Amino acid sequence: MIAFLIRRLLQGALVMLTVAFIAFSMFRFVGDPVTNMLPQDATLEQRTELQERLGLNDPLPLQFGHFVTNAVQGDFGISYRNQRPVSDLIAERLPATMEMVFAAVVLSLVIGIPMGVYTALRRDSWLSHLLQGVSLAGISVPTFVTGILLILVFSVWLNWLPSFGRGEVVEIGGWSTGLLTVSGIKALIMPVITLSLFQITLIMRLVRAEMLEVLKTDYIRFARARGLTNRAVHFGHALRNTLMPVITITGLQIGALIAFAIITETVFQWPGMGLLFMQAVSFVDIPVMSAYLVMVSLIFVVINTIVDMLYFVVDPRLRVDAGKNTTGA
Amino acid sequence: MSTVTQRLNDDWRRFIDSDLFYSFRRSPITIVAFVVVVTLILAAIFAPWIAPHDPFDVSTLSLLNSELPPAWVAGGDPAFLLGTDGQGRDVLSALLYGARISILVGLASVAFAMTLGVCLGLLAAYVGGTVDALIMRIADVMISFPPILVALLINGVARGVLPPEMQHDAVIFVLILAIGLTTWVQYARTVRGSTLVEKNREYVLAARVIGLRSRSIMAKHILPNVIGPILVVATVNLAIAILIEAALSFLGVGMPPTEPSLGTLIRIGNEFLFSGVWWVVIFPSAVLVLLVLSVNLLGDWLRDALNPKLR
Repeated sequence: MIAFLIRRLLQGALVMLTVAFIAFSMFRFVGDPVTNMLPQDATLEQRTELQERLGLNDPLPLQFGHFVTNAVQGDFGISYRNQRPVSDLIAERLPATMEMVFAAVVLSLVIGIPMGVYTALRRDSWLSHLLQGVSLAGISVPTFVTGILLILVFSVWLNWLPSFGRGEVVEIGGWSTGLLTVSGIKALIMPVITLSLFQITLIMRLVRAEMLEVLKTDYIRFARARGLTNRAVHFGHALRNTLMPVITITGLQIGALIAFAIITETVFQWPGMGLLFMQAVSFVDIPVMSAYLVMVSLIFVVINTIVDMLYFVVDPRLRVDAGKNTTGA
Repeated sequence: MSTVTQRLNDDWRRFIDSDLFYSFRRSPITIVAFVVVVTLILAAIFAPWIAPHDPFDVSTLSLLNSELPPAWVAGGDPAFLLGTDGQGRDVLSALLYGARISILVGLASVAFAMTLGVCLGLLAAYVGGTVDALIMRIADVMISFPPILVALLINGVARGVLPPEMQHDAVIFVLILAIGLTTWVQYARTVRGSTLVEKNREYVLAARVIGLRSRSIMAKHILPNVIGPILVVATVNLAIAILIEAALSFLGVGMPPTEPSLGTLIRIGNEFLFSGVWWVVIFPSAVLVLLVLSVNLLGDWLRDALNPKLR
């Protein structure tokens, strides 16, 4: 267990170092940081002064060292466009994205799991066939098209829901939340549906496939032979084992959701990190881009590691296998 | 001459009798998907000849024709079957040209990703050791990030590196590069997996014994035997590539409005949404969904048809 933990942490650290190196190279070699940070009419003295202050005259490994040290302390420099510290910009935008992603995860689990269970248990009912068909269409409709259709129907034609922004937000200890006001909740509905649609179909298909697999296994036959009710077999025995891969995929998909949020946030003008990143891309605002990259990678690596740990804790069989592997290798 | 036709005839016969064609014939959804894809590709290829108007010829545009609804809606003009956008551009014509660019970028980036992935996968499996470890670690890191994010970053960096005057012409190549570099991993993993099995077979040993160079063993002996699964990956990835291109163009970092793809058209249409001009955004969206859905269905069918376990 300890060996596994250390190996996972080392792997994570290696990925983060690679990402930091990419982010650093972007900052250092894409465009000239000095020209980007100074006004057009800067003098030569100002340039050399800034060059010295940024440490651009140091040897490259030392520069990378500085970059990593600063990044660890949350310092990603100044945005070229806003002339404000990147860490402030990200801290402002983080709550909006996290709330949307969190709501989308909850929604996709709450809808996806029952749908998956139903389609697995009643394979040949017309509703199952309908859900299966709809789910294939759901995978083929791009996020932004879903968003645009929702806006067209519910904002333009029916005028029920707002098409952009977060509504009213409440500040709680530096975290701005839209979950406590009516307009905030209303503004959240369409972005969350847009974001979670793909995840719902994904989880539904996953639960269905796993459930069908599990229902064929011997221990389910045993449970039936013991005379347990269908209900106990399906929900007490089968579903529990089905949920294992669902935990993994959900964990891994949180990262994907944060990335997909870029598109959703653009469609709904949602003031989150994705919109910030898009603005940074269109203005080639490298410090914001590299900070976003590092932030998202960090979230990714942390979630991946936690999911691996969780697997380990939940499934005792893995512990035995992993033990064999480490002694065998 | 007659032997050639004879052989073509035989090949055709063999194809008609094959399991593949049988499973194709038995699946009506696949046939529909196939017809849709072929129709869209033909429409895209022949766009300059079948489009009723030239959407990029500014001299033929007239603001008097702007924001006309589709022909069957009150106020529509039969000359503009699917209506016009804010500059009086015919939506149908723009659509045909847009599909042309979307399909072109999709196919080109699949070709690029496939070449890159197949070469790296072959190399990793055949050479092994450090080369293998290095290539597969890079692949691991890349696949753990969502494709749209990687494509955005590559795209952003490319635009930062290129001088401004070149950006407009280079944008289509930047897109192909970004999408290709994002999606090669799956090809590499598939090829590596099957090459690891193939490289210990007798025919490879035989080829090595008669002294062929590694490169020609890889290209001429192993490659033909591992290419099957790659076709399935390529079909599924065509849908993904088209979607990534559409997303990038929709986000405003893809094809410019002067040379729109389906994604760009949806982006343009999005700006008209609030004035109730729905047709400018709905039709490109519908074509995009139809295209991607059909390609996905074809990919699903091909995967099942080539999978011996499911026979």
